[in-house]
Amino acid sequence: MSAELEAKAGYWNADGTQTGQELRILARMVRIRLFEEKLQELFAAGRLPGFVHLYVGEEAIAVGACSVLRDADKVTSTHRGHGHLIAKGAQPALMMAEIMGKRAGLCKGKGGSMHIADYSLGILGANGIVGGGIPIATGSALADSVLGTDNVTVCFFGDGAANQGVLLEALNLSSTWQLPVVYLCENNGYTEWMRTGDITAGEIAERARPFQVVSTAVDGNDVLAVRQGVCEAVDRARGGSGPSLIEARTYRILAHNEGEEAFSGQYRPQEEIDFWKSRDPVTGFSALLLARPGVTAEMLDGIWAAERKVIADAVDFATSSPEPAPGEALEDLYAAGGVA
Amino acid sequence: MTAMYFANAIARGLAEAMAEDDSVVVIGEDVELSTIGATKGLVEKFGKKRVRNSPISEATVVGSCVGAAACGLRPVMDLMFSSFFYVALDQVANQAARLPYMSGGQISLPLVLFTGTGPSGSAAAQHSENPHPLLMSLSGIKVVFPSTPADARALLIESIRDPDPVVFLLDLMLAGSRGEVPETQDPVPLGQGLIRRPGSDMTLVAIGSAVPQAIEVADELDKTGVSVEVIDPRTLVPFDWPLVFESVRRTGRLVVADPARRTCGAAAEIAARVVENCWTDLRTAPARVTWADTPIPFSPVLERAVTVSASKIQTAITAVLSPTR
Repeated sequence: MSAELEAKAGYWNADGTQTGQELRILARMVRIRLFEEKLQELFAAGRLPGFVHLYVGEEAIAVGACSVLRDADKVTSTHRGHGHLIAKGAQPALMMAEIMGKRAGLCKGKGGSMHIADYSLGILGANGIVGGGIPIATGSALADSVLGTDNVTVCFFGDGAANQGVLLEALNLSSTWQLPVVYLCENNGYTEWMRTGDITAGEIAERARPFQVVSTAVDGNDVLAVRQGVCEAVDRARGGSGPSLIEARTYRILAHNEGEEAFSGQYRPQEEIDFWKSRDPVTGFSALLLARPGVTAEMLDGIWAAERKVIADAVDFATSSPEPAPGEALEDLYAAGGVA
Repeated sequence: MTAMYFANAIARGLAEAMAEDDSVVVIGEDVELSTIGATKGLVEKFGKKRVRNSPISEATVVGSCVGAAACGLRPVMDLMFSSFFYVALDQVANQAARLPYMSGGQISLPLVLFTGTGPSGSAAAQHSENPHPLLMSLSGIKVVFPSTPADARALLIESIRDPDPVVFLLDLMLAGSRGEVPETQDPVPLGQGLIRRPGSDMTLVAIGSAVPQAIEVADELDKTGVSVEVIDPRTLVPFDWPLVFESVRRTGRLVVADPARRTCGAAAEIAARVVENCWTDLRTAPARVTWADTPIPFSPVLERAVTVSASKIQTAITAVLSPTR
């Protein structure tokens, strides 16, 4: 990344060295990995209501993207959203409580895994509808455009959502209105249990070109590549040069949703899974950091230990939190309270 | 007092709301030109930043209004015809109606979806819909359905000030009629119905374009000694249930005239709630005057056959008053 871009991307750790910043990036990736692995364990133990879609293997995208965002910038997320929330700064304890359906959860137990949100941090919500966040991100950018702020919105969506009409509508609208939005496609190769290539024509990144939206494809397992790509796009958006589309190519290591083995069978070749495991974004970035002067294995171990503590505390907090009272189901529908 | 068409009253309300609050923006197909006049003159007054022609992309434009409402704007979107709600239904039903609740009340969505609605004379099945029953049952969307230009103006201003998503329906059968709109007007809160015409023999709840039809019938019946009370709920969510219950407790009879299909319509809900709450006050079973359970056909003859009219309301009233019922 150029020094100029590096300076712009430095927001997450403005007072730190490049290495210090990169260690923070790793720590956030590790937090997501541990959070998701803990959920996998809790689901298997029957300790979660509903079902969860885990982000293992895709951590570099959320963290690379959010590492260049300011607090006032916004993101929209997907049904596979825990990583986006953690990367944007959501508290794991409040997330865990929400995923367990507890009153202390971010959404008071009304949203759950697929609809978790923290608007105070600019996280406009995970979304249970594939592509549902695309118009919302566009509207968030419209608000900033009309209100004259220099905030940017990053819209995370999956390869499945690339086949929803709203993506093409939003590319048209945001290009016409030159909105400060970055559409960031996480192409993990599978749309539910279907190979995305079998149901998708052409390259997703190419879909922006007819709308005169700048687009690029990046290695979604390389956090610095994602960071650079998003930094350039955010810089354009903040500077008034309109939207961008980034296709980050990655792989979903775990299930579409936990518990899929009850019906899915082996729908992916084992060699394919093994290949992508060998390109693990956390392992890869750790190796890169270990080659930096002054970075030691002990430092990385320290990051893992600290993040394990964060996740253990989150589980303790969520487990000991009270359930909502049944009457709370009738709250929060309208701003003034009550049902109409 | 000035006699105004609905569209002019709405344009006036919009201009007042935009002058009152800089975060109000108007978005939609042809809002600069304004086909029915409801947004006429706004772009000249408030500029293209706040008055925006949008592409014909209902889902994304409604969804953008949802996102913008979550982030500091008060968007008013003009959908033109309410049939087009179905194009954007994910954004209405899954997003606008759900995000405040799913977030545990972290946000409110001050958003108005404004649209012409209902049959307007051989517009046929894809331009004649009345989606209010669907919207009423969604939960999370307020529904405003005025029957006079004065109410349209006042309720539109209130809808824009409201923190929640509001669907504001302009009955296209009323678009060609005029009504007095006072220079200064008391606010009309959402959820406050009105007795348009007092009476003692029967309560007639009428919605949208059925209100003037109901008043016409009531005036005719008055000459024969039958006293019909006409109630205009004005907003369907929230609904002024106490007003209707109090009236039925006095009159003992209920007819509901609802310009929508019969099954699961607003009339069905109103009749059910009255039965639940006023059973011992009812002298006879309530009756509903609704559309047939069909799409709206094109031919004027066929359209009249399935929609609500004054004569169908009169027939229902006569039946309810019949001693053999």
